[in-house]
Amino acid sequence: MTEAPAPVFVARNLTKVYPMGEVQVQALRGVDFDVFPGEFVVLLGPSGSGKSTLLNILGGLDVPTSGHVVYRNQDLTAAGDAALTEYRRDHVGFVFQFYNLIPSLTARENVALVTEIAASPMTPEEALGLVGLTERLDHFPAQLSGGEQQRVAIARAIAKRPEVLLCDEPTGALDITTGVVVLEAIARVNRELDTATVVITHNAAIAGMAHRVVRLADGRVVSVERNQTCVSARELSW
Amino acid sequence: MVIRVPRLPALDRKLLRDLWEMKGQALAIAAVIAAGVTMFVTYLSNFDSLERTLDSYYQRQRFADVFASAERAPARLAARIEAIPGVVTVATRVVAEVTLDVPGMPEPATGRLISMPPDGAAVLNTVSLRRGRWPEPSRPDEVVASEMFCEAHGFGPGSRLAAIINGRRRTLTIVGIGLSPEFVYSVRPGEIFPDNQRFGIFWMDRQALASAFDMEGGFNDVSLKLARGASADEAIVRLDRLLQPYGGRGAYPRALQVSAWTIDNELRQLRTFGFITPLIFLSVAAFILNIALARALALQRPQIAALKALGYTNRELGWHYVKWALAIAAAGALAGVLAGNWLGAQMAGMYNEFFRFPMLDYRLSVGVAAASLAGSLLVAAAGAQSAVRHAVAVPPAEAMRPESPARYRQSAGERWRVLRRLSQPARMVLRNLERQPLRALMSVVGIAFAGAILIVGFGFIDVMDVLIDEQFIRAMRQDVTVTFVRPLSADAMHAVNRLPGVIEAEPLRVVPARLRVGHRHRTLAITGLVADPQLSRVVERTGGALALPARGLVLSKMLGDVLGVASGGTVIVEVLEGARPVFDVPVAALVDDSVGLQAYMEIGALRTLMREGGTVSGAALMVDHTRLDALNAELKQLPEVAGVATRAATLGSFRETMAEQMNLIIFFNVFFSGVIAFGVVYNAARVSLSERSRELASLRVLGFTRAEVSLILLGELALLTILSLPVGAAIGWGLGRLMTDAFNSEVYRLPFTLTAQAVAWAFLTVIGAAAISALAVRRRLDRLDLVAVLKSRE
Repeated sequence: MTEAPAPVFVARNLTKVYPMGEVQVQALRGVDFDVFPGEFVVLLGPSGSGKSTLLNILGGLDVPTSGHVVYRNQDLTAAGDAALTEYRRDHVGFVFQFYNLIPSLTARENVALVTEIAASPMTPEEALGLVGLTERLDHFPAQLSGGEQQRVAIARAIAKRPEVLLCDEPTGALDITTGVVVLEAIARVNRELDTATVVITHNAAIAGMAHRVVRLADGRVVSVERNQTCVSARELSW
Repeated sequence: MVIRVPRLPALDRKLLRDLWEMKGQALAIAAVIAAGVTMFVTYLSNFDSLERTLDSYYQRQRFADVFASAERAPARLAARIEAIPGVVTVATRVVAEVTLDVPGMPEPATGRLISMPPDGAAVLNTVSLRRGRWPEPSRPDEVVASEMFCEAHGFGPGSRLAAIINGRRRTLTIVGIGLSPEFVYSVRPGEIFPDNQRFGIFWMDRQALASAFDMEGGFNDVSLKLARGASADEAIVRLDRLLQPYGGRGAYPRALQVSAWTIDNELRQLRTFGFITPLIFLSVAAFILNIALARALALQRPQIAALKALGYTNRELGWHYVKWALAIAAAGALAGVLAGNWLGAQMAGMYNEFFRFPMLDYRLSVGVAAASLAGSLLVAAAGAQSAVRHAVAVPPAEAMRPESPARYRQSAGERWRVLRRLSQPARMVLRNLERQPLRALMSVVGIAFAGAILIVGFGFIDVMDVLIDEQFIRAMRQDVTVTFVRPLSADAMHAVNRLPGVIEAEPLRVVPARLRVGHRHRTLAITGLVADPQLSRVVERTGGALALPARGLVLSKMLGDVLGVASGGTVIVEVLEGARPVFDVPVAALVDDSVGLQAYMEIGALRTLMREGGTVSGAALMVDHTRLDALNAELKQLPEVAGVATRAATLGSFRETMAEQMNLIIFFNVFFSGVIAFGVVYNAARVSLSERSRELASLRVLGFTRAEVSLILLGELALLTILSLPVGAAIGWGLGRLMTDAFNSEVYRLPFTLTAQAVAWAFLTVIGAAAISALAVRRRLDRLDLVAVLKSRE
C-alpha cells in the first residue's frame, strides 16, 4: 500500500497532564503522529507510555493539554464538546479493551445503538455478519464469550462505516486463540472497508500485522517502523 | 428475563431492562410517589366534587344569600325588605325550636320547626322531597322531616313523634322525608358537632305553625336572594335596621350560615391537607429518587463513557437517564391516581354521612389527575436532575478509567483512645460513613423523614383522644345541659335544682350579640358562666381551666384572630335581644380552645351589663345517673325547656361521626407513612449494598464469613437508622405542628402533642422497616456471586 498524500490525522507536539488521585500524571510529552487513509497502524508501548491517552485524544474523547490534532481539515483541539460528540458520532469507531457493551442490550441492540444515530450505517445484521456473529444476534453480553463480546464491539464500531477505527488493547483481555479471531475481524474491516485503523497494544507480536508500527515510551514517540510485508493475524504468535 | 419490545430504540430498551433489573428499588420509589398521589387525588377530588355538588345544590334549591331572625315582624315588612337595593327575592318564615319526645328514646330531643308554603313551593331554601309527600294544608300535624334524623331513628313516612309546641304536647306525623341546602351540615344551635339522633328539622305547613306560635300575619325568620354583584354587607345593614324594632337578631351572610360555614371550613381543610401531605410525600420521593439514581448512575459509569464514545450527546444521555426517573414516577403516579380515585369515592361516601346532599356527585377530577401526574413527573425530574447532570458531565475518557480510589483516613472516632481497639469491620463502617458524610447525612435525613411522617401519622391518632378529652372530659363536665325557650328569672334555677336527680346546677346566661371591632364583626352568643365554673368550663387546648375575670370578655383565640383583637383590646358588643343595648367591652383574655368561636363572660358581669337580676337562659347539671330517666321524662314535659343535651349522647354521636371520619384519614396517614418509611429504608439499604458489593465480595474471598460481611453492611444501616431516629422526632414535631396548623379552622382546632406513644410506634415502625430491608439485602448478600463481582470492572 502506498502512502496517500493527505493524512487523516495530523497530531503535533501533543502534551497531556491529568490528575490521578493526588498525583499529576504527565501522559504525553510532545508527540507528533500522522495517520493516513486506509492505513493499519499499531501503537506499541508498555503500560503508562501514553498510548491510550493518544488514542483518546485522536478519538475526540479527550483534549490535549497543549499541541494540535487536525482530523481532515478540522482542528479537534479547538472543537467544543458538541463538535467532538458530532465528530465521534460521524467519523470514529471505538473498540475498547473491556468491550464496554451495554449489558442490558443484545448483540444486535448494541450495534443498533450506533446505527440508530449514524448517517449512512449498515444494518446491525450486516455489521455482525462481518465479524462472523450472525448466529449470536440475540444473545446478551453475559451469554457471549470474551472474544465474541469484543467482536460485537467491533461490529458496533464499524456499523456506522467510520473513516477511522480506534482500538484500545482489543485483545488485552483475551487468550491467543480468541485474540486472533478478533484481530482477523479488525484486519478484515481495514482491508474491505478501507478504514484507517489504529490499534494500541503492549503486545509486540501484533506489530507484524501493521503497515506501520509506532513505539511509545514515557509519553514520547521513540521509533516508527514500516513493515514491508504484513503478516495475517493467523500467523501471529505470542 | 428478556423483555421483548418491538421496534423501540435501543436506548429505550436499555431503559426498560435496567428498570427491570432494579425493580425492587424502582417499586419502592414508585410506591412512595403513589402514596403521595393517592392522597392528593383522594383529598382534592373530594374537594372538587364537594364544591361542585354544593354549588349546583345551592343553585338548584335557591339557597339564600342573607339570613336573619327576629322576635316577631309583621308580614307587611316583607315589602320594605324587598325594596332594599340588590334584593331579588324575600322569603319570610316562621321558625320555632321545640322539645321532642321521640318514641324509644329516654332523653328529649330538639326539633326545629320551619314553615313552608303548600307543596313545598318555597321561593328560597327549597326543600327536596326524598320520599313520601308534602303535608296537606288541612292536616296541621303533618310534617316533612330531615333525612338524617329519620335515618338515625329508622323513621319513614307514617312515623309519629311528640313535640311540646308552645307548651302543649302534640303528635306530629311524618309524611315525607326531605333535605335542604340550609342543613347540609345539621347541628343544634350552640353546638359544633352534629347529633342526628337528638336534633331534627321539620317542615310544617305555615298556617299550622303560625297559629301554634301566634305568628299569624307575621314572621320571625327571613332570607334574601341578592342580585349578582350586590353587596351582602350593604343589604345586611339595611335589613338589620328594618328588623331592629321587631327584635331582629342580626342578619348574616351565607358564608356565616352555620351549615355553609362549617362545610366551607371543612373544604378549606381538605384543600390544605390535600396539598401539604402529598407535598411532603413527594419531596421525600424526590429525595430518595436522587440518592437511588445517583448510585445507579455511578454503576453505569463505563456504559455512559461507551455511549459517549459512540457519539451520544450529553443531552441524549441526560434525557435517557431522566426518563428512567420519569418512568418510575409515571408508574407511581398512575397507580396513585387509580388508588386515589377508588379511595376518593369511599371517602365521598363517608362525607355524605354527615354532610347531606340529595346526591354527592363524586368524580375523579381530570385537573387533579393531570396535575398530580405532572407534579410527580416534575418532582421526579427535579430529583433526578442533579444526579444525571453529575454523571453525564464526566468527560468520556475519564469515564473509561476506573474511579480513582476513594480517599479514606482514620475516622475521627478512632483518634479517641477508647475506639482504637475497634475491629476491622467496625472501622470500615465508621470510615465509610466519615468519608462520605454528605451521603451519610442524606441517608439519615431520608430515614428521618420516614420516621417524621410516621410520627405525624401516629400523632394524629392521639389528637382525636386529646380533643375528646378536652371537650368532653375537661371542659364539658356537666352530664346534662338544659336550654330554655327564652331567658327566665332566677326562680328557674330553683326549679332546676328541684328536678329529679340533680346534684348540682350552674346557671348559664346566653346573650345573642354581634361583636364588632372596626369593620370586622361576627354574630354569635356571649355565654355567661359563674366565675369559677365547675361544670361547664373554659379550657385551654394545652393547659388547664380558666377562671372568668370579674369584668371583660374571654374570647376564643381564633375569634380574636377573626376580629383582629388581642387581650386588652376593646370589642363593641351589640346585644340582639331585649332592649338591644350597645357596649364597649374590654377583652380580658384570649383562650386557645379547640372548638368553634366562643365568647365568655362572668355571669354577674354580663347581667350587670344587661341591667338584669338573676336571669338565666339555661343550666349545666350534674346528675345522679340512676335517676337520669326520671329527669329526662320530667324535662320532656317542661314547656320552658327548648333543648336538652346529655354529654354521653353528644360524645357518642361525636365518636360516631367526626371521630369516625378523622380516624379514616388518620388510618390513611399511618398506612401511607408506613409505605414511605419502608421505601426510604429499603432504598438506603439497596444503595449501600450496590456501593459496597465489590468490597464485601473481596472480604468474602479473603475468608470472612457471610455473617461478618453482613455485619459491615447491616451495621452501617443500623447506625444510620439509629442516628435518624432523633432527627426524625424533631422533623416530625415540626411537620405535625405544620399540619395541625393547616388543619385548624374556625370550626375546630386540633392540638398536636408529641406523645411518647406516637414516637415509640414511629420508631418501632422505622426499625421494623429497617429490619425487613436488612433481611432482603442480606439475602442478596448471601447470593453474591464472588467471582462475577470481582471480575466486573467498576
